[in-house]
Amino acid sequence: MAHFEKAKDLHDWMNQRLAVDTLKRVLQTEYWIPKNINFLWAMGMVLAATFGILLISGIFLLMYYQPNTQLAFDSVNYTIMSEVGYGWLWRHIHGVGASVVFLIIYIHMFTGIYYGSYKKGRELIWLSGMLLFVAFSAEAFSGYMLPWGQMSYWAGMVITNLFSGGSLHADALVEWIRGDYVPGQAFLGRFFMLHVLLIPLAIIGLIVLHFGTLRIPHVNNQDGEEFDFDEAAELYKAGKVKESKVIPFSPVFLSKDVFVMGIYFIFFFYLVFYHFEFAMDPVNFDPADGLKTPTHIYPEWYFLWSYEILRPFSTNVGLIAFAIAQVIFFTLPFLDRSPNVAPASRRGLFKYWFWALLIDMIILTFMGKLPPQGIWSTVGLVAALTFMGLWIALPFITAKEKKL
Amino acid sequence: MANNTKGRRDFMGMALGGFTALGGIGALYAMKRTWDPLPSVKAAGFTTIDLKDAKDNVLVTEKWRGKPIFVLKQSKDMMSKMKDEDKQRLINIDGGHYLVCVGLCTHLGCIPGYNPEDESFLCACHGGTYDSAGDVTKAPPPRGLDIPPFKIDGTKLVLGEAGPEYEKMLADGITLPV
Repeated sequence: MAHFEKAKDLHDWMNQRLAVDTLKRVLQTEYWIPKNINFLWAMGMVLAATFGILLISGIFLLMYYQPNTQLAFDSVNYTIMSEVGYGWLWRHIHGVGASVVFLIIYIHMFTGIYYGSYKKGRELIWLSGMLLFVAFSAEAFSGYMLPWGQMSYWAGMVITNLFSGGSLHADALVEWIRGDYVPGQAFLGRFFMLHVLLIPLAIIGLIVLHFGTLRIPHVNNQDGEEFDFDEAAELYKAGKVKESKVIPFSPVFLSKDVFVMGIYFIFFFYLVFYHFEFAMDPVNFDPADGLKTPTHIYPEWYFLWSYEILRPFSTNVGLIAFAIAQVIFFTLPFLDRSPNVAPASRRGLFKYWFWALLIDMIILTFMGKLPPQGIWSTVGLVAALTFMGLWIALPFITAKEKKL
Repeated sequence: MANNTKGRRDFMGMALGGFTALGGIGALYAMKRTWDPLPSVKAAGFTTIDLKDAKDNVLVTEKWRGKPIFVLKQSKDMMSKMKDEDKQRLINIDGGHYLVCVGLCTHLGCIPGYNPEDESFLCACHGGTYDSAGDVTKAPPPRGLDIPPFKIDGTKLVLGEAGPEYEKMLADGITLPV
Protein backbone atom coordinates (compact mmCIF):
# COMPACT_ATOMS: atom_id res chain seq x y z
CA MET A 1 0.00 0.00 0.00
CA ALA A 2 1.15 3.51 -0.76
CA HIS A 3 2.34 5.66 2.13
CA PHE A 4 -0.13 8.29 3.36
CA GLU A 5 0.57 11.11 5.76
CA LYS A 6 -1.75 13.13 7.93
CA ALA A 7 -3.22 15.70 5.61
CA LYS A 8 -2.74 19.44 6.14
CA ASP A 9 -6.12 20.29 4.63
CA LEU A 10 -8.87 18.89 2.41
CA HIS A 11 -6.94 19.70 -0.75
CA ASP A 12 -3.90 17.83 0.50
CA TRP A 13 -6.14 14.92 1.59
CA MET A 14 -7.65 14.73 -1.90
CA ASN A 15 -4.28 15.19 -3.57
CA GLN A 16 -2.76 12.21 -1.76
CA ARG A 17 -5.61 9.99 -2.82
CA LEU A 18 -6.54 11.26 -6.28
CA ALA A 19 -3.56 13.33 -7.47
CA VAL A 20 -5.88 16.26 -8.17
CA ASP A 21 -2.95 18.64 -8.76
CA THR A 22 -1.53 16.36 -11.45
CA LEU A 23 -4.96 15.97 -13.05
CA LYS A 24 -5.48 19.71 -13.06
CA ARG A 25 -2.07 20.27 -14.63
CA VAL A 26 -2.49 17.64 -17.33
CA LEU A 27 -6.08 18.50 -18.24
CA GLN A 28 -6.10 22.25 -17.71
CA THR A 29 -3.15 24.45 -16.80
CA GLU A 30 -0.66 22.61 -19.00
CA TYR A 31 -2.95 21.54 -21.81
CA TRP A 32 -1.78 23.94 -24.50
CA ILE A 33 -3.98 25.65 -27.05
CA PRO A 34 -2.58 27.81 -29.89
CA LYS A 35 -3.00 31.55 -29.57
CA ASN A 36 -3.67 32.12 -33.25
CA ILE A 37 -7.35 31.17 -33.27
CA ASN A 38 -10.69 33.00 -33.51
CA PHE A 39 -14.17 32.70 -32.04
CA LEU A 40 -14.95 29.68 -34.26
CA TRP A 41 -12.64 27.63 -32.05
CA ALA A 42 -15.09 28.13 -29.18
CA MET A 43 -17.80 26.02 -30.86
CA GLY A 44 -16.55 22.81 -29.24
CA MET A 45 -17.16 24.08 -25.74
CA VAL A 46 -20.42 25.71 -26.88
CA LEU A 47 -21.53 22.25 -28.05
CA ALA A 48 -20.46 20.63 -24.78
CA ALA A 49 -22.45 23.25 -22.84
CA THR A 50 -25.51 22.80 -25.07
CA PHE A 51 -25.34 19.04 -24.57
CA GLY A 52 -25.26 19.68 -20.81
CA ILE A 53 -28.38 21.85 -21.07
CA LEU A 54 -30.16 19.19 -23.15
CA LEU A 55 -29.27 16.60 -20.53
CA ILE A 56 -30.58 18.67 -17.62
CA SER A 57 -33.83 19.71 -19.34
CA GLY A 58 -34.26 16.08 -20.49
CA ILE A 59 -33.99 14.79 -16.91
CA PHE A 60 -36.88 17.02 -15.85
CA LEU A 61 -39.03 16.06 -18.85
CA LEU A 62 -38.36 12.39 -18.13
CA MET A 63 -40.11 12.63 -14.76
CA TYR A 64 -43.53 13.27 -16.31
CA TYR A 65 -43.26 11.83 -19.81
CA GLN A 66 -45.25 8.58 -20.38
CA PRO A 67 -43.81 6.25 -23.05
CA ASN A 68 -47.22 4.84 -23.92
CA THR A 69 -49.05 5.39 -27.20
CA GLN A 70 -52.29 6.20 -25.32
CA LEU A 71 -50.70 8.65 -22.89
CA ALA A 72 -47.58 10.08 -24.54
CA PHE A 73 -49.26 12.91 -26.45
CA ASP A 74 -51.17 14.22 -23.43
CA SER A 75 -48.26 13.73 -21.04
CA VAL A 76 -46.27 16.16 -23.20
CA ASN A 77 -48.92 18.57 -24.43
CA TYR A 78 -51.12 18.67 -21.36
CA THR A 79 -49.26 17.45 -18.26
CA ILE A 80 -45.81 18.90 -18.97
CA MET A 81 -47.05 22.01 -20.76
CA SER A 82 -49.83 23.13 -18.45
CA GLU A 83 -49.78 21.18 -15.19
CA VAL A 84 -46.13 20.76 -14.24
CA GLY A 85 -44.68 23.97 -12.77
CA TYR A 86 -42.27 25.37 -15.36
CA GLY A 87 -42.71 22.20 -17.42
CA TRP A 88 -43.01 24.44 -20.49
CA LEU A 89 -39.55 25.81 -19.75
CA TRP A 90 -37.88 22.38 -19.89
CA ARG A 91 -39.75 21.49 -23.04
CA HIS A 92 -38.89 24.72 -24.83
CA ILE A 93 -35.23 24.49 -23.75
CA HIS A 94 -35.13 20.87 -24.94
CA GLY A 95 -36.81 21.60 -28.29
CA VAL A 96 -34.81 24.76 -29.05
CA GLY A 97 -31.61 23.08 -27.81
CA ALA A 98 -32.12 20.09 -30.12
CA SER A 99 -32.45 22.44 -33.07
CA VAL A 100 -29.67 24.89 -32.19
CA VAL A 101 -27.21 22.13 -31.34
CA PHE A 102 -27.28 21.16 -35.03
CA LEU A 103 -26.63 24.76 -36.12
CA ILE A 104 -23.49 24.76 -33.94
CA ILE A 105 -22.50 21.26 -35.12
CA TYR A 106 -22.65 22.45 -38.74
CA ILE A 107 -20.60 25.59 -37.91
CA HIS A 108 -18.09 23.38 -36.04
CA MET A 109 -17.87 20.98 -39.02
CA PHE A 110 -17.47 23.68 -41.65
CA THR A 111 -14.83 25.43 -39.51
CA GLY A 112 -12.89 22.15 -39.55
CA ILE A 113 -13.32 21.83 -43.31
CA TYR A 114 -12.30 25.45 -43.97
CA TYR A 115 -9.07 25.31 -41.94
CA GLY A 116 -8.12 21.75 -42.96
CA SER A 117 -8.34 20.49 -39.38
CA TYR A 118 -8.97 16.90 -40.48
CA LYS A 119 -5.60 15.90 -41.91
CA LYS A 120 -1.98 15.14 -41.07
CA GLY A 121 -2.63 13.32 -37.81
CA ARG A 122 -6.01 14.91 -37.15
CA GLU A 123 -8.02 12.26 -39.06
CA LEU A 124 -9.33 10.66 -35.86
CA ILE A 125 -10.60 14.00 -34.59
CA TRP A 126 -12.67 14.26 -37.77
CA LEU A 127 -13.86 10.63 -37.67
CA SER A 128 -14.88 10.71 -34.01
CA GLY A 129 -16.62 14.03 -34.68
CA MET A 130 -18.56 12.45 -37.54
CA LEU A 131 -19.55 9.57 -35.25
CA LEU A 132 -20.87 12.22 -32.86
CA PHE A 133 -22.83 13.76 -35.72
CA VAL A 134 -24.44 10.36 -36.45
CA ALA A 135 -25.17 9.79 -32.76
CA PHE A 136 -26.72 13.27 -32.41
CA SER A 137 -28.84 12.60 -35.53
CA ALA A 138 -30.12 9.34 -34.03
CA GLU A 139 -30.75 11.12 -30.73
CA ALA A 140 -32.72 13.89 -32.47
CA PHE A 141 -34.78 11.43 -34.50
CA SER A 142 -35.61 9.16 -31.56
CA GLY A 143 -36.55 12.20 -29.47
CA TYR A 144 -38.83 13.44 -32.21
CA MET A 145 -40.88 10.21 -31.91
CA LEU A 146 -41.69 10.73 -28.25
CA PRO A 147 -44.52 13.34 -28.31
CA TRP A 148 -46.40 10.84 -30.57
CA GLY A 149 -47.95 13.50 -32.78
CA GLN A 150 -48.68 13.20 -36.50
CA MET A 151 -45.16 14.21 -37.54
CA SER A 152 -43.65 11.79 -35.01
CA TYR A 153 -45.73 8.90 -36.36
CA TRP A 154 -45.23 9.59 -40.05
CA ALA A 155 -41.56 10.47 -39.77
CA GLY A 156 -41.20 7.16 -37.91
CA MET A 157 -43.08 5.39 -40.69
CA VAL A 158 -41.08 6.93 -43.54
CA ILE A 159 -37.64 6.63 -41.91
CA THR A 160 -38.12 3.00 -40.82
CA ASN A 161 -39.37 2.21 -44.34
CA LEU A 162 -35.95 3.29 -45.64
CA PHE A 163 -34.60 0.08 -44.12
CA SER A 164 -36.65 -2.01 -46.53
CA GLY A 165 -33.88 -1.08 -48.98
CA GLY A 166 -36.17 -0.24 -51.91
CA SER A 167 -36.33 -3.22 -54.26
CA LEU A 168 -34.70 -5.48 -51.67
CA HIS A 169 -38.17 -5.33 -50.08
CA ALA A 170 -36.84 -6.25 -46.63
CA ASP A 171 -40.21 -5.82 -44.88
CA ALA A 172 -39.28 -8.33 -42.21
CA LEU A 173 -36.38 -6.10 -41.18
CA VAL A 174 -38.67 -3.06 -41.03
CA GLU A 175 -41.21 -4.97 -38.91
CA TRP A 176 -38.41 -6.13 -36.64
CA ILE A 177 -37.17 -2.57 -36.13
CA ARG A 178 -40.73 -1.46 -35.32
CA GLY A 179 -41.72 -4.58 -33.36
CA ASP A 180 -45.06 -4.26 -35.13
CA TYR A 181 -46.48 -3.88 -38.63
CA VAL A 182 -46.68 -0.12 -38.12
CA PRO A 183 -45.15 2.19 -35.49
CA GLY A 184 -46.94 1.29 -32.24
CA GLN A 185 -46.27 0.62 -28.57
CA ALA A 186 -43.21 -1.56 -29.18
CA PHE A 187 -41.76 1.14 -31.44
CA LEU A 188 -42.38 3.96 -28.98
CA GLY A 189 -40.95 1.92 -26.08
CA ARG A 190 -37.71 1.10 -27.83
CA PHE A 191 -37.16 4.59 -29.22
CA PHE A 192 -37.79 5.95 -25.72
CA MET A 193 -35.06 3.65 -24.38
CA LEU A 194 -32.68 4.67 -27.18
CA HIS A 195 -33.36 8.36 -26.59
CA VAL A 196 -32.95 8.43 -22.83
CA LEU A 197 -30.30 5.78 -22.29
CA LEU A 198 -28.36 4.05 -25.03
CA ILE A 199 -27.66 6.94 -27.41
CA PRO A 200 -26.83 9.48 -24.65
CA LEU A 201 -24.36 6.91 -23.24
CA ALA A 202 -22.81 6.54 -26.67
CA ILE A 203 -22.64 10.33 -27.06
CA ILE A 204 -20.88 10.76 -23.72
CA GLY A 205 -18.37 8.04 -24.64
CA LEU A 206 -17.79 9.61 -28.05
CA ILE A 207 -17.25 13.07 -26.53
CA VAL A 208 -14.50 11.59 -24.34
CA LEU A 209 -12.99 9.93 -27.43
CA HIS A 210 -13.27 13.18 -29.41
CA PHE A 211 -11.35 15.08 -26.69
CA GLY A 212 -8.81 12.24 -26.54
CA THR A 213 -8.11 12.36 -30.27
CA LEU A 214 -7.28 16.07 -29.91
CA ARG A 215 -4.55 15.55 -27.36
CA ILE A 216 -1.60 14.37 -29.48
CA PRO A 217 -2.13 16.26 -32.78
CA HIS A 218 -3.21 19.39 -30.85
CA VAL A 219 -5.76 21.98 -31.84
CA ASN A 220 -5.21 23.47 -35.33
CA ASN A 221 -4.75 27.23 -35.79
CA GLN A 222 -5.84 29.92 -38.24
CA ASP A 223 -2.80 29.45 -40.50
CA GLY A 224 -2.50 25.67 -40.22
CA GLU A 225 0.99 26.39 -38.86
CA GLU A 226 2.95 23.43 -37.51
CA PHE A 227 5.12 24.36 -34.52
CA ASP A 228 6.80 22.80 -31.53
CA PHE A 229 4.25 22.81 -28.72
CA ASP A 230 6.82 21.78 -26.08
CA GLU A 231 9.08 24.69 -26.98
CA ALA A 232 6.14 27.13 -26.98
CA ALA A 233 4.95 25.72 -23.64
CA GLU A 234 8.43 26.22 -22.08
CA LEU A 235 8.40 29.85 -23.23
CA TYR A 236 4.97 30.37 -21.66
CA LYS A 237 6.03 28.72 -18.40
CA ALA A 238 9.19 30.84 -18.32
CA GLY A 239 6.95 33.89 -18.22
CA LYS A 240 7.45 34.90 -21.87
CA VAL A 241 3.72 34.87 -22.41
CA LYS A 242 3.83 37.35 -25.31
CA GLU A 243 6.49 35.46 -27.26
CA SER A 244 4.86 32.04 -26.78
CA LYS A 245 2.50 30.71 -29.43
CA VAL A 246 0.34 28.89 -26.89
CA ILE A 247 -1.92 29.51 -23.94
CA PRO A 248 -3.12 27.05 -21.31
CA PHE A 249 -6.60 25.56 -21.81
CA SER A 250 -7.68 26.71 -18.39
CA PRO A 251 -8.10 29.43 -17.31
CA VAL A 252 -6.86 31.38 -20.36
CA PHE A 253 -8.49 29.68 -23.37
CA LEU A 254 -11.57 28.86 -21.34
CA SER A 255 -12.14 32.52 -20.53
CA LYS A 256 -12.35 33.22 -24.30
CA ASP A 257 -14.77 30.30 -24.60
CA VAL A 258 -16.84 31.64 -21.74
CA PHE A 259 -17.11 35.00 -23.52
CA VAL A 260 -18.39 33.35 -26.72
CA MET A 261 -20.69 31.14 -24.66
CA GLY A 262 -22.08 34.26 -22.99
CA ILE A 263 -23.08 35.74 -26.35
CA TYR A 264 -24.38 32.35 -27.50
CA PHE A 265 -26.58 31.85 -24.45
CA ILE A 266 -28.15 35.29 -24.84
CA PHE A 267 -29.18 34.16 -28.36
CA PHE A 268 -30.18 30.71 -27.07
CA PHE A 269 -32.45 31.95 -24.30
CA TYR A 270 -33.88 34.64 -26.54
CA LEU A 271 -35.09 31.76 -28.73
CA VAL A 272 -36.28 29.73 -25.75
CA PHE A 273 -38.41 32.56 -24.37
CA TYR A 274 -39.52 34.45 -27.47
CA HIS A 275 -39.15 32.24 -30.53
CA PHE A 276 -39.48 28.64 -29.38
CA GLU A 277 -42.18 28.06 -32.02
CA PHE A 278 -39.59 27.56 -34.77
CA ALA A 279 -38.66 24.28 -33.08
CA MET A 280 -42.30 23.19 -32.60
CA ASP A 281 -43.93 21.99 -35.81
CA PRO A 282 -47.69 22.73 -35.71
CA VAL A 283 -48.45 19.39 -37.44
CA ASN A 284 -47.03 17.58 -34.42
CA PHE A 285 -49.73 19.11 -32.22
CA ASP A 286 -52.21 16.65 -33.79
CA PRO A 287 -52.11 13.23 -32.10
CA ALA A 288 -50.65 10.34 -34.15
CA ASP A 289 -53.18 8.82 -36.58
CA GLY A 290 -52.20 5.80 -38.64
CA LEU A 291 -55.08 6.36 -41.07
CA LYS A 292 -54.26 9.95 -42.04
CA THR A 293 -51.05 11.24 -43.60
CA PRO A 294 -50.18 14.92 -43.16
CA THR A 295 -50.20 16.79 -46.50
CA HIS A 296 -46.47 17.36 -46.42
CA ILE A 297 -44.02 15.23 -44.51
CA TYR A 298 -40.70 16.93 -43.97
CA PRO A 299 -37.99 16.50 -41.38
CA GLU A 300 -36.61 19.17 -39.07
CA TRP A 301 -34.41 21.74 -40.84
CA TYR A 302 -31.12 20.04 -39.98
CA PHE A 303 -32.05 16.88 -41.94
CA LEU A 304 -33.52 18.68 -44.94
CA TRP A 305 -30.36 18.68 -47.09
CA SER A 306 -29.99 14.89 -46.98
CA TYR A 307 -33.77 14.41 -47.37
CA GLU A 308 -33.62 16.51 -50.53
CA ILE A 309 -30.88 14.23 -51.89
CA LEU A 310 -33.27 11.29 -51.40
CA ARG A 311 -36.29 12.94 -52.92
CA PRO A 312 -35.74 13.81 -56.60
CA PHE A 313 -34.71 10.27 -57.61
CA SER A 314 -36.60 7.00 -58.07
CA THR A 315 -36.68 4.77 -54.96
CA ASN A 316 -33.50 2.75 -55.44
CA VAL A 317 -31.31 5.54 -56.83
CA GLY A 318 -32.67 7.87 -54.16
CA LEU A 319 -31.81 5.41 -51.38
CA ILE A 320 -28.28 4.94 -52.69
CA ALA A 321 -27.77 8.71 -53.04
CA PHE A 322 -29.14 9.19 -49.52
CA ALA A 323 -26.88 6.48 -48.09
CA ILE A 324 -23.85 8.06 -49.78
CA ALA A 325 -24.79 11.51 -48.45
CA GLN A 326 -24.98 10.08 -44.91
CA VAL A 327 -21.43 8.69 -44.95
CA ILE A 328 -19.56 10.82 -47.49
CA PHE A 329 -18.30 13.32 -44.88
CA PHE A 330 -16.46 10.47 -43.14
CA THR A 331 -14.24 10.13 -46.21
CA LEU A 332 -13.12 13.79 -46.27
CA PRO A 333 -9.61 13.20 -44.79
CA PHE A 334 -8.98 10.52 -47.43
CA LEU A 335 -10.56 12.18 -50.47
CA ASP A 336 -8.60 15.38 -49.84
CA ARG A 337 -5.28 14.47 -51.53
CA SER A 338 -3.48 17.72 -50.76
CA PRO A 339 -0.92 17.78 -47.91
CA ASN A 340 -1.65 21.46 -47.22
CA VAL A 341 -3.10 22.31 -43.84
CA ALA A 342 -4.24 25.86 -44.48
CA PRO A 343 -7.39 27.94 -44.65
CA ALA A 344 -9.40 27.26 -47.81
CA SER A 345 -8.75 30.83 -49.04
CA ARG A 346 -5.07 29.94 -49.67
CA ARG A 347 -5.73 26.58 -51.30
CA GLY A 348 -6.61 27.46 -54.89
CA LEU A 349 -9.54 25.48 -56.26
CA PHE A 350 -10.40 24.09 -52.84
CA LYS A 351 -11.59 27.58 -51.90
CA TYR A 352 -14.31 27.36 -54.56
CA TRP A 353 -15.07 23.76 -53.60
CA PHE A 354 -15.65 24.78 -49.98
CA TRP A 355 -18.01 27.64 -50.78
CA ALA A 356 -19.81 25.63 -53.48
CA LEU A 357 -20.45 22.81 -50.98
CA LEU A 358 -21.71 25.20 -48.32
CA ILE A 359 -24.03 27.06 -50.70
CA ASP A 360 -25.25 23.80 -52.28
CA MET A 361 -26.18 22.41 -48.88
CA ILE A 362 -28.06 25.61 -48.04
CA ILE A 363 -29.97 25.34 -51.34
CA LEU A 364 -30.74 21.64 -50.63
CA THR A 365 -32.02 22.66 -47.19
CA PHE A 366 -34.45 25.21 -48.68
CA MET A 367 -35.62 22.84 -51.44
CA GLY A 368 -36.22 20.05 -48.92
CA LYS A 369 -38.86 22.18 -47.23
CA LEU A 370 -40.71 23.16 -50.43
CA PRO A 371 -43.26 20.80 -52.00
CA PRO A 372 -41.63 18.79 -54.82
CA GLN A 373 -43.32 20.54 -57.73
CA GLY A 374 -42.39 22.37 -60.92
CA ILE A 375 -39.24 24.47 -60.87
CA TRP A 376 -38.40 23.48 -57.26
CA SER A 377 -38.15 19.81 -58.30
CA THR A 378 -35.61 20.78 -60.95
CA VAL A 379 -33.59 23.04 -58.63
CA GLY A 380 -33.57 20.23 -56.04
CA LEU A 381 -32.39 17.70 -58.59
CA VAL A 382 -29.60 19.97 -59.84
CA ALA A 383 -28.48 20.72 -56.27
CA ALA A 384 -28.47 16.98 -55.42
CA LEU A 385 -26.39 16.18 -58.51
CA THR A 386 -24.05 19.08 -57.68
CA PHE A 387 -23.53 17.63 -54.21
CA MET A 388 -22.50 14.27 -55.69
CA GLY A 389 -20.35 15.99 -58.36
CA LEU A 390 -18.48 18.05 -55.75
CA TRP A 391 -17.43 14.95 -53.83
CA ILE A 392 -16.35 13.18 -57.01
CA ALA A 393 -14.29 16.24 -57.97
CA LEU A 394 -12.61 16.60 -54.56
CA PRO A 395 -9.73 14.09 -55.00
CA PHE A 396 -8.90 15.52 -58.44
CA ILE A 397 -8.81 19.19 -57.51
CA THR A 398 -6.88 18.55 -54.28
CA ALA A 399 -4.34 16.28 -56.01
CA LYS A 400 -3.55 19.13 -58.40
CA GLU A 401 -3.21 21.66 -55.60
CA LYS A 402 0.20 23.38 -55.31
CA LYS A 403 2.12 22.55 -52.16
CA LEU A 404 2.26 25.61 -49.93
CA MET B 1 8.68 -19.12 -17.43
CA ALA B 2 7.71 -17.54 -20.71
CA ASN B 3 6.70 -20.87 -22.20
CA ASN B 4 4.80 -21.82 -19.10
CA THR B 5 2.88 -18.50 -19.24
CA LYS B 6 1.93 -19.12 -22.79
CA GLY B 7 0.58 -22.58 -22.09
CA ARG B 8 -1.45 -22.18 -18.93
CA ARG B 9 -2.40 -18.51 -18.86
CA ASP B 10 -3.34 -18.55 -22.50
CA PHE B 11 -5.53 -21.57 -21.84
CA MET B 12 -7.43 -19.63 -19.16
CA GLY B 13 -7.81 -16.71 -21.52
CA MET B 14 -8.97 -18.86 -24.41
CA ALA B 15 -11.40 -20.84 -22.27
CA LEU B 16 -12.98 -17.66 -20.92
CA GLY B 17 -12.96 -16.09 -24.38
CA GLY B 18 -14.58 -19.15 -25.94
CA PHE B 19 -17.38 -19.37 -23.41
CA THR B 20 -17.89 -15.61 -23.58
CA ALA B 21 -18.22 -15.79 -27.35
CA LEU B 22 -20.73 -18.62 -26.99
CA GLY B 23 -22.72 -16.70 -24.38
CA GLY B 24 -22.44 -13.59 -26.54
CA ILE B 25 -24.01 -15.34 -29.51
CA GLY B 26 -26.82 -16.57 -27.27
CA ALA B 27 -27.31 -13.07 -25.88
CA LEU B 28 -27.45 -11.59 -29.39
CA TYR B 29 -30.14 -14.10 -30.33
CA ALA B 30 -32.10 -13.22 -27.18
CA MET B 31 -31.78 -9.51 -28.01
CA LYS B 32 -32.96 -10.10 -31.57
CA ARG B 33 -35.98 -12.07 -30.30
CA THR B 34 -36.79 -9.37 -27.75
CA TRP B 35 -37.26 -6.91 -30.60
CA ASP B 36 -39.52 -9.27 -32.59
CA PRO B 37 -43.23 -8.39 -32.81
CA LEU B 38 -45.03 -9.81 -29.75
CA PRO B 39 -47.38 -12.81 -30.10
CA SER B 40 -50.29 -10.52 -29.20
CA VAL B 41 -49.34 -8.20 -32.05
CA LYS B 42 -49.11 -11.16 -34.44
CA ALA B 43 -52.41 -12.63 -33.22
CA ALA B 44 -54.23 -9.35 -33.79
CA GLY B 45 -53.14 -9.48 -37.43
CA PHE B 46 -56.50 -10.75 -38.82
CA THR B 47 -59.44 -8.60 -39.91
CA THR B 48 -62.69 -9.60 -41.61
CA ILE B 49 -64.28 -7.13 -43.99
CA ASP B 50 -67.60 -7.41 -45.84
CA LEU B 51 -67.61 -6.34 -49.49
CA LYS B 52 -71.37 -6.45 -50.12
CA ASP B 53 -72.03 -2.83 -49.06
CA ALA B 54 -69.30 -1.35 -51.27
CA LYS B 55 -70.53 1.15 -53.89
CA ASP B 56 -69.11 1.77 -57.36
CA ASN B 57 -66.12 4.14 -57.42
CA VAL B 58 -66.44 5.02 -53.72
CA LEU B 59 -63.31 4.40 -51.67
CA VAL B 60 -63.78 2.68 -48.32
CA THR B 61 -60.87 2.60 -45.85
CA GLU B 62 -60.59 -0.30 -43.42
CA LYS B 63 -57.85 -1.03 -40.91
CA TRP B 64 -55.67 -4.15 -40.80
CA ARG B 65 -52.49 -4.52 -38.72
CA GLY B 66 -52.66 -0.79 -38.04
CA LYS B 67 -52.44 -0.08 -41.76
CA PRO B 68 -55.17 1.48 -43.87
CA ILE B 69 -56.80 -0.94 -46.34
CA PHE B 70 -58.41 0.54 -49.45
CA VAL B 71 -61.54 -1.16 -50.83
CA LEU B 72 -62.67 0.21 -54.18
CA LYS B 73 -65.50 -1.37 -56.15
CA GLN B 74 -64.94 -0.86 -59.88
CA SER B 75 -67.87 0.36 -61.98
CA LYS B 76 -68.76 -1.21 -65.36
CA ASP B 77 -67.35 1.84 -67.08
CA MET B 78 -64.04 1.52 -65.21
CA MET B 79 -63.83 -2.19 -66.05
CA SER B 80 -64.35 -1.58 -69.75
CA LYS B 81 -61.42 0.90 -69.92
CA MET B 82 -59.08 -1.24 -67.84
CA LYS B 83 -55.99 -2.97 -69.21
CA ASP B 84 -56.00 -6.76 -68.89
CA GLU B 85 -52.97 -6.93 -66.59
CA ASP B 86 -54.67 -4.48 -64.22
CA LYS B 87 -57.77 -6.72 -64.08
CA GLN B 88 -55.61 -9.44 -62.53
CA ARG B 89 -55.08 -7.16 -59.51
CA LEU B 90 -58.81 -7.22 -58.67
CA ILE B 91 -60.74 -9.61 -56.45
CA ASN B 92 -63.92 -10.96 -58.07
CA ILE B 93 -66.87 -11.85 -55.87
CA ASP B 94 -70.47 -12.34 -57.09
CA GLY B 95 -69.75 -10.62 -60.38
CA GLY B 96 -68.36 -7.54 -58.59
CA HIS B 97 -64.74 -6.45 -59.09
CA TYR B 98 -62.90 -5.02 -56.11
CA LEU B 99 -59.51 -3.46 -55.56
CA VAL B 100 -58.43 -4.42 -52.04
CA CYS B 101 -54.98 -3.12 -51.19
CA VAL B 102 -52.79 -1.70 -48.45
CA GLY B 103 -53.34 2.06 -48.58
CA LEU B 104 -49.69 2.94 -48.15
CA CYS B 105 -47.60 4.29 -50.99
CA THR B 106 -44.99 1.69 -51.98
CA HIS B 107 -42.42 4.48 -52.12
CA LEU B 108 -42.09 5.45 -48.46
CA GLY B 109 -45.44 4.61 -46.90
CA CYS B 110 -47.58 7.77 -47.02
CA ILE B 111 -51.33 7.35 -47.56
CA PRO B 112 -52.36 8.28 -51.13
CA GLY B 113 -55.65 10.13 -51.62
CA TYR B 114 -58.33 8.94 -54.08
CA ASN B 115 -59.92 11.26 -56.61
CA PRO B 116 -63.13 9.64 -57.97
CA GLU B 117 -63.35 12.10 -60.90
CA ASP B 118 -60.19 11.02 -62.64
CA GLU B 119 -60.32 7.59 -60.95
CA SER B 120 -56.76 7.74 -59.61
CA PHE B 121 -54.74 7.85 -56.41
CA LEU B 122 -52.23 10.61 -55.72
CA CYS B 123 -49.56 10.42 -53.00
CA ALA B 124 -48.92 13.97 -51.79
CA CYS B 125 -45.55 13.13 -50.24
CA HIS B 126 -43.53 12.68 -53.42
CA GLY B 127 -46.13 12.96 -56.17
CA GLY B 128 -46.59 9.29 -57.13
CA THR B 129 -49.91 8.29 -58.80
CA TYR B 130 -51.84 5.02 -59.18
CA ASP B 131 -54.83 4.05 -61.32
CA SER B 132 -58.09 2.63 -59.92
CA ALA B 133 -56.59 -0.89 -59.91
CA GLY B 134 -53.75 0.40 -57.71
CA ASP B 135 -51.11 0.14 -60.45
CA VAL B 136 -48.42 2.84 -60.70
CA THR B 137 -48.96 5.49 -63.36
CA LYS B 138 -46.24 7.92 -62.22
CA ALA B 139 -42.94 7.35 -60.33
CA PRO B 140 -41.37 7.40 -57.70
CA PRO B 141 -43.36 4.37 -56.39
CA PRO B 142 -41.50 1.23 -57.53
CA ARG B 143 -44.65 -0.94 -57.86
CA GLY B 144 -48.42 -0.94 -57.53
CA LEU B 145 -50.16 -0.80 -54.15
CA ASP B 146 -49.57 -4.06 -52.27
CA ILE B 147 -52.43 -6.52 -51.91
CA PRO B 148 -52.75 -7.98 -48.40
CA PRO B 149 -53.09 -11.75 -47.88
CA PHE B 150 -56.83 -12.53 -48.16
CA LYS B 151 -59.19 -15.48 -48.10
CA ILE B 152 -62.62 -15.26 -49.68
CA ASP B 153 -65.48 -16.37 -47.45
CA GLY B 154 -68.82 -15.72 -49.21
CA THR B 155 -68.98 -11.95 -49.64
CA LYS B 156 -66.48 -11.53 -46.83
CA LEU B 157 -62.70 -11.28 -46.94
CA VAL B 158 -60.45 -12.48 -44.14
CA LEU B 159 -57.33 -10.32 -44.27
CA GLY B 160 -54.14 -11.87 -42.92
CA GLU B 161 -54.99 -15.37 -44.13
CA ALA B 162 -53.73 -16.51 -47.53
CA GLY B 163 -56.43 -18.17 -49.68
CA PRO B 164 -55.92 -19.83 -53.09
CA GLU B 165 -56.78 -16.62 -55.03
CA TYR B 166 -54.11 -14.72 -53.12
CA GLU B 167 -51.56 -17.51 -53.59
CA LYS B 168 -52.20 -17.31 -57.33
CA MET B 169 -51.59 -13.54 -57.33
CA LEU B 170 -48.30 -14.11 -55.48
CA ALA B 171 -47.29 -16.85 -57.92
CA ASP B 172 -48.13 -14.61 -60.91
CA GLY B 173 -46.03 -11.82 -59.42
CA ILE B 174 -48.98 -9.41 -59.23
CA THR B 175 -48.15 -8.45 -55.67
CA LEU B 176 -45.32 -8.98 -53.21
CA PRO B 177 -45.81 -10.62 -49.81
CA VAL B 178 -46.79 -7.95 -47.27
